[in-house]
Amino acid sequence: MSEHLLSIVLFTPLAGMLILLLIPSGRTGLIRLWANIAGFAGFAVSLPLLWRFDKNASGFQLVERYEWIPSLGARYIVGIDGISLLLVMLTTLIGALAILSSWSAIQEKVKQYYAMFLLQQTGMLGVFLALDFFLFFVFWEVVLVPMYFIIGVWGGPRKLYAAIKFFLYTLAGSVLMLLGILTLYFQHFRQYGFYTFEIAELMKLDLPLGLQQWVFWAFFIGFAIKVPMFPFHTWLPDAHVEAPTAGSVILASILLKMGTYGFLRFSLPLLPKASIDPLIVKILVGLSLVAIIYGALVSLMQQDWKKLVAYSSVSHLGFCTLGIFALNPNGLAGSVIQQINHGISTGMLFLIVGIAYERRHTREIAEYGGLAHVMPKYATVFAIAMLSSAGLPLLNGFIGEFTILQGAFEANRVWAALAATGVILGAAYLLWLYQRTMLGQVTNPKNLHLPDLNLRELAVFLPLIAWALWIGVYPKPYFEVLEKPVTQIVERVRPDYFRKAPVPAAAPLEVLR
Amino acid sequence: MSEFYTSVDHFALVPALMLALFGCAVLLFDFFVFPAPRQRKWLILFLALGIGFAALGLVRQYMFLSSEGLAEFTAFRGALTIDGFAIFFNGIFLAASLIVALVSYRYLEIEGEHHGEYYGLILLANCGMYFLATGTDLVTLFVGLELMAVCFYIMVGFLRFDKRSNEAAIKYLLLGAFSSGFLAYGFSVMYGLAGSTRLGDITAALAARSAWDPLVFLALATTAVGLFFKVSVVPFHMWAPDAYEGAPTTVTAYLSVASKAASFAFLVRIFLGPLISAREVWQPLLAAVAVATLTVGNLAAVTQTNVKRLLAYSSISHAGYVLLGLVAGNPTGIKGIAVYLLVYTFMNLGAFLVLVALRRRDILGEELEDLSGLMHKSPVHAVLMLIFLLSLAGIPPTAGFIAKYYIFWALIQAREYVLAAIAAAYVAVAIYYYFRIVRSMFVSEAADREPLASSFGLRLALGVTGLLTVAIGVYPEPWLALAQNSVLLR
Repeated sequence: MSEHLLSIVLFTPLAGMLILLLIPSGRTGLIRLWANIAGFAGFAVSLPLLWRFDKNASGFQLVERYEWIPSLGARYIVGIDGISLLLVMLTTLIGALAILSSWSAIQEKVKQYYAMFLLQQTGMLGVFLALDFFLFFVFWEVVLVPMYFIIGVWGGPRKLYAAIKFFLYTLAGSVLMLLGILTLYFQHFRQYGFYTFEIAELMKLDLPLGLQQWVFWAFFIGFAIKVPMFPFHTWLPDAHVEAPTAGSVILASILLKMGTYGFLRFSLPLLPKASIDPLIVKILVGLSLVAIIYGALVSLMQQDWKKLVAYSSVSHLGFCTLGIFALNPNGLAGSVIQQINHGISTGMLFLIVGIAYERRHTREIAEYGGLAHVMPKYATVFAIAMLSSAGLPLLNGFIGEFTILQGAFEANRVWAALAATGVILGAAYLLWLYQRTMLGQVTNPKNLHLPDLNLRELAVFLPLIAWALWIGVYPKPYFEVLEKPVTQIVERVRPDYFRKAPVPAAAPLEVLR
Repeated sequence: MSEFYTSVDHFALVPALMLALFGCAVLLFDFFVFPAPRQRKWLILFLALGIGFAALGLVRQYMFLSSEGLAEFTAFRGALTIDGFAIFFNGIFLAASLIVALVSYRYLEIEGEHHGEYYGLILLANCGMYFLATGTDLVTLFVGLELMAVCFYIMVGFLRFDKRSNEAAIKYLLLGAFSSGFLAYGFSVMYGLAGSTRLGDITAALAARSAWDPLVFLALATTAVGLFFKVSVVPFHMWAPDAYEGAPTTVTAYLSVASKAASFAFLVRIFLGPLISAREVWQPLLAAVAVATLTVGNLAAVTQTNVKRLLAYSSISHAGYVLLGLVAGNPTGIKGIAVYLLVYTFMNLGAFLVLVALRRRDILGEELEDLSGLMHKSPVHAVLMLIFLLSLAGIPPTAGFIAKYYIFWALIQAREYVLAAIAAAYVAVAIYYYFRIVRSMFVSEAADREPLASSFGLRLALGVTGLLTVAIGVYPEPWLALAQNSVLLR
């Protein structure tokens, strides 16, 4: 059993889905119960990863490899390093909580809904676990279909438009990415005489800069659309606003991370020359900075609660990509931590919007006001989520943003300065949102008798709040887990980085460690 | 056995003989043994028997080739060549014929046109396809083509009292005859150049001339026009949407997969055989035709409201992908063509089979709105259709992805990056129109409450096509190994 741990983590949700399909559609109670059991089982089986994972070992751990399609050189290879460990834990936890949060929100076609959810769970885990490019691509595409249905069937009024837009955007990106993958695959054949998709093998390639740049842009299209980076972000607000709450949570917390993960796992290590090409770095950092500031400014103007959170994602993901292309240990580690943070805090914010929506069926910010008097527990949870998202010290968001800014500062001070304005704007739109919805007197009589959080809803938030506090107060384990993989990436992209600066300018962070 | 008909000749001919014999026998049995309409479905057993014997013949040919370690053997002094390519494609034809026959009786009963000749025509058309895949002689190929085409002309017009069916048959007949004329003209030029009808001789004769020789070009151009008609690529695709829409749905399914696969087998034999020396001429030509085909097929499909017509345009675009395999022209591309057509046969048949099930007494079941709410009415059909459509679009882990993957791989190998990018971009267009169908199945409310048509054959056929569409996608290895033998390039 134990040597198949990753496969068990990967396929538990799928097995849960197959059993779910056997339950008759009419028994909604049983279906809900089983879906929650399957969701939490998915989380439970991933817990042993925490102690099986050796943070001092370099390279991939718990690797399983089997022949799959010898004619193509595709294998079933799964394995984790620090980066994927964190993302896998995020996926299993958020997935379970999202399923729990759907208990009362989804009343129609319940069986299909949970089936799609569990299928998607396996798809996302596969993306983070696969160490074979073919396998990765299969999972990458598998994720699209359930999300199309989650938005398109259980979404809001413009769900069909949003769902197909999401699908077309990401599919267009990923087929171009496939061509990039095939180029590497073919180049490997030319240099080594056999076809393989194994990442470790493809990393041995020595490619000229020109070719690397082409492949980089092919990957970029696929990953940047998923993140989404600035000019490709337009699908995101539509998808988020129309998706049901749990769909938005999954979309923001996990799906978007597939893009940033792609940059970390594939673009940087496989195309090191292109990744430090000054022009490419300038463009990517530029787009990240635009996303940070533009996302924040647009958030400030939103009248729709959910849309505000959606645009805040654009801004926060801008930090993640900025950290990646700062190309130093702080930037990369900060980026991964910020990805987890964004998963936690934005996941919470979407859940919070969803709870208000479930009670009032509107997301207009102007419809609310003074909810803190009516729903004190709710307002407290919201306050924590909001502060965590805004980057208040002692909560998780601070650690991520701070480390990224530190990395950016090390690379170029102007970047750090510009990105810092995003932090300020972030605090502005979040605090203003909180003020408009929670504080003051209850102006709208419809809000006078809203029920506060019930136990189930509270149970959804508590693990996330605990996690946010853990990262905020004691982030050391996270930095330790990330140290090896981040160092490897930096060494790969900038071989002389550690030689030139034996002690990278990380002094302030030492305090935290 | 005489000099004229040796045992090798017989061995090469067995599958075709079986198909022709059983085809004729079906016609007689229909008349003498099963005269009552209710008994006609037993003819399917008879047809299955014929296909079984033909398949046995193919298997024996395959065993012979592999046990002797041969790449091929010829019969009738080179008029037939049995190689991995021929066996692979003939396998596809037999599977398609059997599946189509299985689903036809219920459909034709509903249409009120259930006649025994139908099964005879399927077998005879399949016999024609056999010669298209194995023939290496211009006359053999031409006769095979016409045998197949004539059967299809009749089957397309099988609904005698239906205006659309008649119109479709006439259009198909006129354009088909027209294109056969072109082809015959091209063949006559080839014969004139080589003084022989054997493909091998023609290959040698054309290779002795320059690729830009006007006579070679004349042969290439006219042959290509004829072949392009048969595989319905732009600009010779106009007959396809009308013929597909008007024909009985089972015939449309058969036409869109078996006839297309056979015509492609024919096309590949000609382009990689006699015309191989003019490759520098036809490669850019084919590239242009393929891009135009992808463009027209995909863009026209976007606006269709009739699902049969939509699938007709989509099958035009699939022809574009297959052609790209030939444009790449490397072994990967040729293997890709074989894999593509194998996968396409099952997924496209499956999609049409769902439409067959939607045809009920008073409901044509081929408009987009007829599919609405299918998920509530019959979740199994809806999910199967979803699988077929995902596969047609090329989304993993369905078989369609493996097919497209090979085409992309071949193009990258040939360094045709621009073509690869165009082909990839059209995947996104295709998902748009395929998902219009998905949208009405899963999101819209049901238009009618009439349950779907069902029969043992239909359930079996849907199950098999669905299973294969998923199985080839998840574990393609055995199928890829089969296709490996079909690479004609050496």
